[in-house]
Amino acid sequence: MMNFDYVRPANVADAIAAASEQGSTYLASGTNLLDLMKGGISRPSRLVDVTRLPGLDRVEHLSDGALRIGALVRNADLAHDAEFARVYPAVAEALLSGASAQLRNAATVGGNLMQRTRCAYFYDVASACNRRWPGAGCDALKGENRLHAVLGWSEGCIATHPSDFCVPLVALDAVVEIEGRSGRRELPLEVLHRLPGDTPDRETALEPGDLIVALRLPAAAKDFAAHARYIKVRERTSYAFAVASAAAALRIENGTIGEARLALGGVAAKPWRACEAEQVLAGKSPDASLYREAARAALADARPSGNNAFKIELAQRIVVRALTLAAAGTPARISALPGSPFSSVAGA
Amino acid sequence: MNLPISLTINGVRRDIALDDPRVTLLDLLRERLDLTGTKKGCDRGQCGACTILVDGRRINSCLALAVSHDGAEITTIEGVAYGEEPHPVQAAFIAHDGFQCGFCTPGQIMSGIGLIQEGQAGDDPERVRECMSGNLCRCGAYAGITEAMLEAQANMTAANRRRSA
Amino acid sequence: MTPEINLTRDPAHIRHGSNIGQPLTRTDGVLKVTGKARYAADNHPPGMLYAVIATSCIARGRVKSLDVAAAKRHPGVVDVMTHSHKPELAEDPDAKGNPFAFRMELLQSDEVRYANQAIAVVIAETLEAATEGAALLSPRFQVEIARVGLDAGEPYAPPVVGIGNPAEVVHGDIDAGLAAASKLTDATYETPAQYHNAMEPHAIVAVWDGDKLYIDTPSQGMAIAQGRLAGLLGIPPGNIHINSPFLGGGFGSKGLVSGPQVLGIMAAKLVGRPVKLVLRRSQMYGPVGHRPPTRQRLRIGTNDDGTLTALDHHARITTSSFDDFYEPAADASHTLYASPAIRTAHEAVRVDTGTPLFMRAPGEATGSIALESAMDEAAFACGIDPLEFRLTNYAEVEPTTGKPFSSKALRQCYAKGAERFGWARRPLQPRQMRDENGFLVGWGMGTATFPALMFQGNARAVIRADGRGVMESGAHDMGQGAWTALTQISADSLGLELDQMTFRAGTSDLPDAGIAGGSAHTATVGAAIHNAGAAVIARLAELATSDERSPLFGAGNAGVIARAGRLHRRDDDARSESYADILARAGLAEIEASGTGAADPAAQSQYAMHSHGVVFAEVKVDPELGQIRATRLVGAFAAGRIINPLMVQSQLRGGMIWGISFALHEEAVIDRRSGRILNANLAEYHVPVNADVPPMDVITVDEHDPHVNALGIKGVGEIGITGSAGAVANAVWHATGIRVRRFPIRIEEVVMGLAG
Repeated sequence: MMNFDYVRPANVADAIAAASEQGSTYLASGTNLLDLMKGGISRPSRLVDVTRLPGLDRVEHLSDGALRIGALVRNADLAHDAEFARVYPAVAEALLSGASAQLRNAATVGGNLMQRTRCAYFYDVASACNRRWPGAGCDALKGENRLHAVLGWSEGCIATHPSDFCVPLVALDAVVEIEGRSGRRELPLEVLHRLPGDTPDRETALEPGDLIVALRLPAAAKDFAAHARYIKVRERTSYAFAVASAAAALRIENGTIGEARLALGGVAAKPWRACEAEQVLAGKSPDASLYREAARAALADARPSGNNAFKIELAQRIVVRALTLAAAGTPARISALPGSPFSSVAGA
Repeated sequence: MNLPISLTINGVRRDIALDDPRVTLLDLLRERLDLTGTKKGCDRGQCGACTILVDGRRINSCLALAVSHDGAEITTIEGVAYGEEPHPVQAAFIAHDGFQCGFCTPGQIMSGIGLIQEGQAGDDPERVRECMSGNLCRCGAYAGITEAMLEAQANMTAANRRRSA
Repeated sequence: MTPEINLTRDPAHIRHGSNIGQPLTRTDGVLKVTGKARYAADNHPPGMLYAVIATSCIARGRVKSLDVAAAKRHPGVVDVMTHSHKPELAEDPDAKGNPFAFRMELLQSDEVRYANQAIAVVIAETLEAATEGAALLSPRFQVEIARVGLDAGEPYAPPVVGIGNPAEVVHGDIDAGLAAASKLTDATYETPAQYHNAMEPHAIVAVWDGDKLYIDTPSQGMAIAQGRLAGLLGIPPGNIHINSPFLGGGFGSKGLVSGPQVLGIMAAKLVGRPVKLVLRRSQMYGPVGHRPPTRQRLRIGTNDDGTLTALDHHARITTSSFDDFYEPAADASHTLYASPAIRTAHEAVRVDTGTPLFMRAPGEATGSIALESAMDEAAFACGIDPLEFRLTNYAEVEPTTGKPFSSKALRQCYAKGAERFGWARRPLQPRQMRDENGFLVGWGMGTATFPALMFQGNARAVIRADGRGVMESGAHDMGQGAWTALTQISADSLGLELDQMTFRAGTSDLPDAGIAGGSAHTATVGAAIHNAGAAVIARLAELATSDERSPLFGAGNAGVIARAGRLHRRDDDARSESYADILARAGLAEIEASGTGAADPAAQSQYAMHSHGVVFAEVKVDPELGQIRATRLVGAFAAGRIINPLMVQSQLRGGMIWGISFALHEEAVIDRRSGRILNANLAEYHVPVNADVPPMDVITVDEHDPHVNALGIKGVGEIGITGSAGAVANAVWHATGIRVRRFPIRIEEVVMGLAG
């Protein structure tokens, strides 16, 4: 990897100042960044180490009922927090379905939000990639693309977002707290990640120097504790990225779905909130045909970006499964195989 | 460039003049400190052969910059036995033939020790398998690894019970 | 019971003592669990530099330019080895001295013949500097269109397949057999390119001392490597000292010295300092061999009663554009099933990849999954249980040669495995079983087989004045347990307890042990050790029985027995003498003898020699989502004498996991335009993780084979992958009713086949 300046600012303001310069990148645990640097995909000239910034490694219960999770909280610590897992079970399950125990021990909440696509053509620096090199073209479009996006893609980019964690988060209206050159601001997680459109290189809504300092789950996210699941189909039982996944969270009142939250992973360049499907579910009695209707709504706009039409069908079935399992109730303990279809009954 | 850092490695404090900020914990251990028990299988966080404990937690040392871990307490495979007496996980790996070529073994064992400290698997073989899935073994010693982990954990629990009784 | 050696030296009647057959834990176990086992890349001689290979991102063409100046400007970079700046070689690396001297890329020209080929080597004071130096070379290429895949060019009949096997073998009249069939199964299967991916990347630490070369590098065949290196470097083989005590896995990829290892030696020569060169994981997808993709068409003709009338197995394979290795995929059909007509044939297509090479069960693995899948299809077409179908077509003699088997306990394997698995309860129709959670359950089986090979190897046995023994052989432990199993054989052959002797291996300075491959190392080196031990005991006996002061004097034809460091008269066990006393009286500090292990050509011409077995697999499939998980495997194997049941169990379990991997997981994904491998890593080239591996039951069936070799060993290193891959694939069909003929079984084929 290219040599770089290493700076370890003492506070957020210094960090932002250091990271605002061209070529600078924030370093948290580095589980994704170092991989990208070793592959030559990312060649920063300065790393701004934020791991020692004070106050970003806390989980706080706010007076309005929201939960504020510091950007430096480790994925494993959050997932293994029994109270967190009880209140936000789909989030914990998604976290535990991702990567490996070692990576979850290192990776931070903020870093997880910022992880970049696993598209092989993005990773292969000899391939054309509009994300890496605007205007270069997209070699994935006519390449090996059976696992690429079926929603929200453009001719410029068909990559998917690899995070599991983000999928239930976006369903639960998570908010990202950002410190930047112009001060503090917030963004719904939903808009943090961008669809590729004509500018696939602009992966997020962040500006140079912006630092994610916290993630907030609003009070309403607690309402789904009893009926929330994350289901992830993989090509091996563990330690693999999703072929497709879904997080479903239901608020069930008197046998009726009061409110539904649904998001999909592995299908688009961002964690995909399925609002139309949520509308289909709201106010109805949970049953299999309703779930199928919701699944159709969720994938209504889907189209294959290559040799991946199966993902449209598969994603719908994952939605049905996630809804079925969520309606059946959150298990008392996260299963031995988090997120795996084999962690539960086959359902339907 | 000279970046002074200090690490406690297997209980011994080491003051290190790091010659390059790009050095990972893995390459520091292997190429500069002659602690070659920790292995490099992929260098990209995809195989687990480089697993060590940092401040008691198992991580992939290939994806950890040494300079960023100034002040950390590090445990490697060289530091887990009690003198001549092997750690229970080491002993169980031998007894259950939890390895063949041995290359992934230091990482497996460090991962196993980390897992026991995390307390996430208990005596459930399925949870052991899942929680050890960050360590690839191409020889396919997984069945022995799972058996070894279950036995080591049981032995350690029994020993703790005796100690606290 | 203590070990004993029968000095009549009739190999067929030797009875073995307590060491052979014991489940001894690994003698190298403590070293491996403490991190003290020193693998090649763990060495760090004084003054050592780091070499990093720069590789080609194109699959075919030429290197137009390299920015050597930019690399050299990077602090710490010492030199850049390119095709115009390198030590001269004594031999063209493209010369074909023998069929096993595979061509390698040693910067002999600017030509690029596959992606990931070495195009330069950067040598630096640190690994970080060398790595970035390699990136700074920013190569420019003249690109030619890459040839990719099984349809890349005109197929041709290869001259030979595997190790000198004919590309086409015909037994009986295949057309007549097919015409006579009342049912015909005609199915085409595809298997992908696979890469060995031993956990240890290929590595070398090279130190030159004048014209002597000292290298630490993993090798499955040190003497062969010495020979190749001697030719390339123009120095005598004896000047090359290879240290390879531990391999971090080989699976065939370390059988022959590879180009990158030689580049490390050249780099050390160029800079006049010790050099370490370790391949990056991505760089293992190219220059160190692979299993080529195959497309196999099977035609199986059967009578109404299920007996075969014809078995026609045709395989198309790829090889590189510049060398000849031909995966003998169809040869899997030579030995397993009786048929009046069998034809196996191969055709090859040249593509722009590194040359494929031996990868764990080369030919047997690819052929087995196709053959066992086709047999499953044929059984179902006949309405016969798959096991019953195989028993109906059980080969009493080797079908293509008519030779009797030296031993074949396959029937017992079938019976024991089926019983343990509960096979009798299997419904004939697919998609009949569900578990308590609603998952589809399927049961499949496959027959396993692998030839019982022998290469040539040597050993030296020494008994010292203190009565202790030493056994030496340059054997290779790549994880199979050579350190342990060969120690056990050594102890028995010397008539000593384990703690009374030392076994030495793992360096080229010891007697040539041949190659650790073909599942033949324990048999070959074991036989050499056995013979060396017998020879040294015979010399000791000669000293004692001809000395009238010895209690063994005049033992004559009755002979003596060696046991626990003493020789006993066979006809009077009370009369004995210790090794130490015999040597002391003879005034000898030590006594030594050598032994060789090799195949017996007479026995080989008379008998067909194979290990056999069967694997039964259970899979569960999500009925809507299509995700598959192997949940139970039972393997029963007959592989001659088992030296160490613990190690054998590990080898067989490991092989069976490779079978799961073959059926469900691993595949190199190649961009058909660029010829680059898109998943040249361990995140997306999926090998099974712990959670993919179910409880596995391994049964070994006793088999006494007096013909294969003196010890009756047949080998277990590769057979586990055969049978199991097909068993898993057949179980997926049985669970779902969906027959996937392209491996690994991809989720889309299952998902789209399942009702939503």
